[in-house]
Amino acid sequence: MKAAIITFPGSNCDRDLADAFAKAGAEVVRVWHKDTVLPSGVDVIGVPGGFSYGDYLRCGAIASRSPIGQAVVDFAARGGYVIGICNGFQVLTEMGLLPGALMRNASLKFVCKPVTLKVATTDSAFTAPYAKGAEVVFPVAHHDGNYTIDAEGLKALQGEDRVAFRYAQNPNGSVDDIAGVLSANRRVLGMMPHPERAVDPTQGGTDGAALFRALSGMLAQA
Amino acid sequence: MKARVHVMLKDGVLDPQGEAVRHALGHLGFSGVEAVRQGKVIELDLAATDKTAAEAEVKAMCEKLLANTVIEKYTIEIA
Repeated sequence: MKAAIITFPGSNCDRDLADAFAKAGAEVVRVWHKDTVLPSGVDVIGVPGGFSYGDYLRCGAIASRSPIGQAVVDFAARGGYVIGICNGFQVLTEMGLLPGALMRNASLKFVCKPVTLKVATTDSAFTAPYAKGAEVVFPVAHHDGNYTIDAEGLKALQGEDRVAFRYAQNPNGSVDDIAGVLSANRRVLGMMPHPERAVDPTQGGTDGAALFRALSGMLAQA
Repeated sequence: MKARVHVMLKDGVLDPQGEAVRHALGHLGFSGVEAVRQGKVIELDLAATDKTAAEAEVKAMCEKLLANTVIEKYTIEIA
């Protein structure tokens, strides 16, 4: 299984994300924002956290229109798997691959701490290894994680079982305690908390390892 | 030709920054402020000389990049 990790100027979780995939047995290739094509044979794209382009204009807005952006959109349109974490989630919403938007935290404060999440659906390659309703602890570190979507969009997410994770205690004001959402084909996941920062005991927890292992295992068989 | 784009959160989208500004104004003694909405202004210098064409171009820029129409609305002034 080959994972492509994209680095934008200002990305700072790209190496952690690459390590998490490598630890799960994936072959990892690094992709620069100025590249216009993905390496051949990529099975999954990881869009990492950080502060791409200094969060100028809106978080994720410039990155979503960067040279590699169109290749990511095309990859997803072909049914490719994409995971966007933190700033990566913001990038995926700005690309239109996921519905809704991430606004400034309701508290206006940068939130940086481990949070407890509930697995809201197991019907995806990302969440299949967890039990529905299981609690996992991933760190959050963001200023703009307040997920918002119009009432109709929210109803669609709920009705189609596309909320991947919910916060046990909402740290940012997001609607319906949403921490992560899936695309309609369930192959694109965006989430604010960082599973890649919970894959080794030295990071304080390993709840995220199953996500990367499942993704690597499932795509290796495909 | 110059264009000025105003980007604001849509009505009904809670603006936590605007709310914080409203509270701060209250602390300063400005008790009559009932609501604050915060947005941004983007000024563009354009090579275009035709107003209609410029307006159409800036509208496309807003839709593609300058505004996130999921949560934001925009207005365009051409001068």
